[in-house]
Amino acid sequence: MNAHLPILPVLIPVLSAAVMVALSRQDLVLARVLSFIAAAAQLVVALLLFAATGEGEILVYRLGDWPAPYGIALVADRLSAAMVLLTAILGAVLLLHAVCAWDRRGRHFHPLFQFQLMGIYGAFLTGDFFNLFVFFEVMLIASYGLMVHGGGAARLTNALQYMVVNLIASSLFLFAVALIYNAAGTLNFADLAQRVPTIPSSDRGILMAGGTLLCVVFLLKAAVVPLQFWLPGAYGHAPGVAAALFALLSKVGAYALLRFALVGLGWSSLAALEPLAWLTLLAGALGVLAAPSLGVLAGFASISSIGVLFVGLAGADAARLGAGLYYLVHSTLAGAALFVLADLVRSVRREEGDALVGGREFSGRALLGGLFFLVAIVTVGLPPLSGFVGKLAVLRNIPVTVIEGAASWVFVLMASFLLLLGLSRAGSRVFWKTQKDGGQASHGPAAGGVAALALLLAGTLVWALVAGPALAYFTQAAQALLEPGAYVQAVMGAGVYR
Amino acid sequence: MEILFAVLIAALTAAGIYLCCLRQVFPVVLGLSLLSYATNLFLFVAGRLTVGAPPVWAEGVTRFADPLPQALVLTAIVIAFGMTALLVVLAIRARFESGVERSDVPAVTDRVEVER
Repeated sequence: MNAHLPILPVLIPVLSAAVMVALSRQDLVLARVLSFIAAAAQLVVALLLFAATGEGEILVYRLGDWPAPYGIALVADRLSAAMVLLTAILGAVLLLHAVCAWDRRGRHFHPLFQFQLMGIYGAFLTGDFFNLFVFFEVMLIASYGLMVHGGGAARLTNALQYMVVNLIASSLFLFAVALIYNAAGTLNFADLAQRVPTIPSSDRGILMAGGTLLCVVFLLKAAVVPLQFWLPGAYGHAPGVAAALFALLSKVGAYALLRFALVGLGWSSLAALEPLAWLTLLAGALGVLAAPSLGVLAGFASISSIGVLFVGLAGADAARLGAGLYYLVHSTLAGAALFVLADLVRSVRREEGDALVGGREFSGRALLGGLFFLVAIVTVGLPPLSGFVGKLAVLRNIPVTVIEGAASWVFVLMASFLLLLGLSRAGSRVFWKTQKDGGQASHGPAAGGVAALALLLAGTLVWALVAGPALAYFTQAAQALLEPGAYVQAVMGAGVYR
Repeated sequence: MEILFAVLIAALTAAGIYLCCLRQVFPVVLGLSLLSYATNLFLFVAGRLTVGAPPVWAEGVTRFADPLPQALVLTAIVIAFGMTALLVVLAIRARFESGVERSDVPAVTDRVEVER
């Protein structure tokens, strides 16, 4: 069983999507049943994978049993297993929202959703960067489909721009792959890690050019300033359930960057990115102040949380990197919750939608207002939920005595304050400035969406409660990134290296 | 040979980037296609240029062409082809739903569109 475990997260969604396309083109109920079965199976597999790698084991799956640098390898270690589990949980929770609000509004929602999950799992598990490219493309094709689900002019034009930006990034990705292959003669992360020290100085320039180009591509996927401009429009106009899942896509960029730069290229840290992280924090927080609608606000809030994430990931020690990874999980849950909430507000306010203006009374105002309050606490990072713990863990590992450390403290705290202002303003406009007379004739928020939102909030509470063990777990995962010897050994095996 | 390839890739890339910067959708689609041709050629020569050499290693052969970039190019061609088709469909739908053919969008902070 364990031998085939790493391929299952990729296999289950692709098979279930194929079955759905074949069997349930017209039958939405069957598609939903299949979708929930697939989500449950993915959860089980993700838990098994998580348990199998918990002690630091590294599972390597060689497709066709070809030895590592020649064949394709999937690798599951602590970090990728945790990311797979996060994806499985988020996918299952968002399905609750999808069946109540979204899967009726266009065709093939469920197969697209499964393909989206498959691409994300694959990107977390792959052991070489050409397959990373392929899984990125799978992920992006599915995201284009989900993004235009339901149609509408603003959604389509924003999706078009999102697609053009990502196609240009894909071209850059291929240029980078070609450069690195030219210099190193390999596509495998572990093989690259072994070869980098032996590359002659005449080829080092090519390797650095390729490596830097690939980092730029990952920074674009992660929406780090100055490559963040595409995110608010695209995510803000996407269907809420898709946008909530996309909260994970930018984390895939951050994960790929860590894997590639620290393991493949053998960099000692991503410290050079710290100034970009400050600017990302600031750009996100200022965007939250300027946002005209809850959806766009959620987009800017996720940019800001990417900033905190990269402040953590810029660390050269395992404790700070681990805190960054802990924050990554929190930021995914919080971002998804904010997008789901914006979608629920959009569905009950018939006239104003999620625009940040007062309007007529709507049903479910108290419930949604209460939930907004909790989501805002999570997003800003106030106690007692995981946003506070995550920020505290990141900041605690940054020395204030050096100038970069002090700047990181200032930027994180300032951005938190701006987020607090922006979210207070948004909440009071949407939920308090309502006219009492002439309520809007609408039903309350859909039960599935509220359940999904409650589960995401419960997730942040649980994440705060297990902070101790979780931080220890991610510190070990970060240690494995900083000293990739065991990873390289597991993938390449003894004596396989030419 | 190297000069020819370098000039070709440079010309395709430059034309692609120029077209991607235009504000209408159709030139952008063309530009992305040119960019993908440039990447395919670039990937193709990533294993170094060889002329008249066998594609795989065999006994007694010291000079051979690297087969891996050719496999990569095949994958890249398929993906670029699919993406271009999808982009054209999306562009046509956006054109008819919004009434204008533009690749740029208004700033997110400018106006509020209620999208359901």
